[in-house]
Amino acid sequence: MLKRIVSGRIVSGIQSIGHRVIESTWRLGYASRFFILVLLKSGTSLRRFNLVVRELYFTGVLSLIIIVVSGLFVGMVLGLQGYETLQKYGSESAVGTLVALSLVRELGPVVAALLFASRAGSAITAEIGLMKATEQLAAMGMMAVDPVARVVAPRFWAGVISMPFLAAIFSVMGVFGGYLVTVIFIGVDEGSYWSQMQSAVDFRFDILNGFIKSCFFGVAVTAIAVFEGYDAPPTAEGVSGATTRTVVTSSLVILGLDFILTAFMFRGVS
Amino acid sequence: MQRTTIDLWVGFFVIMGIAALMILSLKVGNLNVYNPSHSYIITGNFENIGGLKVRAPVKSAGVVVGRVTDIQFSTQTYDAMVTMSMDGRFLFPKDTFASILTSGLLGEQYIGLAAGGDETMLKDGDKIMKTNSAMVLEELIGRFLFDKAAEKDSLD
Repeated sequence: MLKRIVSGRIVSGIQSIGHRVIESTWRLGYASRFFILVLLKSGTSLRRFNLVVRELYFTGVLSLIIIVVSGLFVGMVLGLQGYETLQKYGSESAVGTLVALSLVRELGPVVAALLFASRAGSAITAEIGLMKATEQLAAMGMMAVDPVARVVAPRFWAGVISMPFLAAIFSVMGVFGGYLVTVIFIGVDEGSYWSQMQSAVDFRFDILNGFIKSCFFGVAVTAIAVFEGYDAPPTAEGVSGATTRTVVTSSLVILGLDFILTAFMFRGVS
Repeated sequence: MQRTTIDLWVGFFVIMGIAALMILSLKVGNLNVYNPSHSYIITGNFENIGGLKVRAPVKSAGVVVGRVTDIQFSTQTYDAMVTMSMDGRFLFPKDTFASILTSGLLGEQYIGLAAGGDETMLKDGDKIMKTNSAMVLEELIGRFLFDKAAEKDSLD
């Protein structure tokens, strides 16, 4: 009797694993097809650029405050921690290099993308999901307005455009925060802070690669956000679950993608 | 009417983003210091490059005048062939002396150029003939120990 129950549990467990794998593969394929569809239908949003500008306000401008403030604090913490460690070796003038390189290469794109996913990505998912739940998307389809071209594509492009800008602003604020803590508060020499930074940070290898990274993250985060919104079950729980999934999936994708991009970009460079 | 305020804010956002990129490339990076469009390539063979890496600076009198762009191992001479991209504003005589130096005790390694007195200048694709290898700490210590031992032997 007990044996049969246990074996039944095992079988159903294996079944549910298989079900989940098939289900997620199905979703992945659907998501890829949706992504291609958004790209194909984005001609309208580029022609009517007003739509993209409106969404740029919601994804870019409204994310500015969180990006600026957290960039400042991340830079300040980096300056403080870097100074604590570097002064043991008498090389506290290299703190500018440490702050700038870690921000421009990694923290700027990655942390800005994580914040962007939770600030703007979740909003995009909730908005599209709620539009679907209240049948606004279906109504648009009824009026021969393609919801993918009218609702999804402008949001996608606004996210893709604003992400590199936000990452650059994050890095600049971080460098400024590091300057504030180490030069103004602690008293590291100002000249060596900037000059060591300038001699170590390369335009091609560091700044351009960071910029490319943030472009990739922008595409990944907004593609996930619009797909989760579009695919959300049209109920209150469905929309809330989709919003959670957006934040979780895009955070994981950002970190995984960051490793792959870093391995490609900085292989063989110092 | 809503439209104009949004446009203003988005314009402000775009300006801020572009300004951030400009600050990153001009103030944080070194875009203005070194312009690779007016550059010329020279090479040099070193017996031992130590820890020299691609992108290491080439300095003369402490001023950055170029960068290392490539390091290859030559199977003909069994030494390292270092390719340097030099800033076009700075020309060096043919008999310039290139040595691999270290900034500080544990700092990064760079190539130091000491200008010679030749009339002709190095051109694109030329090769520096006079080179000096990197100082390798283990070799120095080994030589020091060897000398000490030899000294002791001669005393006995």
